[in-house]
Amino acid sequence: MNWLSQNLHIVGQLLADHLFLSIPPILLSLLISVPLGRLAAGHRRLRTPLLTGTGLLYAIPSLSLFVIIPPIFGFELRSPATMITALTVYGCALLVRGAADAFASVPEDVRLAAAATGHSRWAMFWRVELPLAGPVLLSSLRVVTVSTVSLVTVGAVIGTSSLGTLFTDGFQRGIDASIVTGIVLTVAVAFVLDAACMLIARMAMPWQRAVSRA
Amino acid sequence: MNLFLEALQWILDPASWSGENALGMRILEHLGFSAAVVLAAALIGIPAGVAIGHTGRGRAVVIALTSGARALPTLGLLTLLGLALGIGLEAPFLALLVLALPPVLAGAYAGVEAVPRATVGAARAIGMTERQVLTGVELPLAAPVIVGGLRSAALQVISTATLAAYIADSGLGRPLFRALKTQEYGIMLGASILVALLALVVELCFQALQSAAARRAEPHRAKPGRPGRGRARQHRAPDRAGARRAADRHAHPDAHERIDA
Repeated sequence: MNWLSQNLHIVGQLLADHLFLSIPPILLSLLISVPLGRLAAGHRRLRTPLLTGTGLLYAIPSLSLFVIIPPIFGFELRSPATMITALTVYGCALLVRGAADAFASVPEDVRLAAAATGHSRWAMFWRVELPLAGPVLLSSLRVVTVSTVSLVTVGAVIGTSSLGTLFTDGFQRGIDASIVTGIVLTVAVAFVLDAACMLIARMAMPWQRAVSRA
Repeated sequence: MNLFLEALQWILDPASWSGENALGMRILEHLGFSAAVVLAAALIGIPAGVAIGHTGRGRAVVIALTSGARALPTLGLLTLLGLALGIGLEAPFLALLVLALPPVLAGAYAGVEAVPRATVGAARAIGMTERQVLTGVELPLAAPVIVGGLRSAALQVISTATLAAYIADSGLGRPLFRALKTQEYGIMLGASILVALLALVVELCFQALQSAAARRAEPHRAKPGRPGRGRARQHRAPDRAGARRAADRHAHPDAHERIDA
């Protein structure tokens, strides 16, 4: 506790860095994965290459990805852009499959009914398919949120500043309190962002509440 | 692109593959260490998961463990154990075991849990002992999902074993961290590419193993794949034997009770 009170300022800064590195990749992967998932669910021929491709991306170790991405995109090794790109790749690797499953779970007769009542393809996507895919999509998004927050810490070994810096610093200087603080805060950030996901989903899908209450 | 050439040169340079820092040795260390962790996770996780799936007790523990473990940063655990146990392979071994256990446990539990109750009941009804039910019915049917759990554990362990070099100078993380200190970016990139390739090869091997397990568990399904996935399968019309079984069930709704009595 003593260590924490003396280093509150640094810990606060690292927490801010951590949030800045975790939130953009979560949002970006959602933005990229929903259209890709819809494509995979709607076109049988695209499904296998899309899902296998993104699945294999997930097999690349995070530390490797942090090193491989800079020369491809021309980023600095320790820049936020590197971390955000790498974590977006991971997020998509998980979310594209989740989104594909979510859109596949929309019943065919609902789709036919929407077409019969005169929905254009665009209106059908926004007003029928996306809302119905919502709950399954949410469960994948929560997994991505929690694992992204945890993966940000790995960047600390190559020198990217985040809550993970508390691990590398604590290890090199032999301070247990620093590492424990880092672990507790990382888990806390994961839970808070997970709760935020649920809260936003609840506001965006008010009918879910009505269904679960009934 | 220049950096990729440098990385490739380093990988292909015979000097990288000989002497004390030979890459072959690092790859063997990496694979051996990862295999030991996954084996330990399997020895603990599979029996525990099968027991939970078989009895249905302790389900909440598995769910809490798997969702909680995802939030736990492995680097934090690794460095904390590193301080407690000192430099060496013990700390990475324990940290990676914590990482590998939840998916193995969840796979074993979910696999056994998903075996239809009616199938298990039928096995008991024809006089199989509890042991025979487990080894002859539940385990073979659960095998694809159990292998799936091992697969995701192996993937995570191979990836994270790179971090082990941060505590113990071992595996493919060793050239990576060494090059980070000396700012030899080409070597860092080369080592990263090697780890990624290693992970991909292991992933493909497990994919094949899982398909083989799926073929064995349900030979009548023409196209093996991930269990429980794919729309075509759900819409597939039941085969004739299945229809007859279903009809029998409707015709004799109390058959089950009669055998019990």
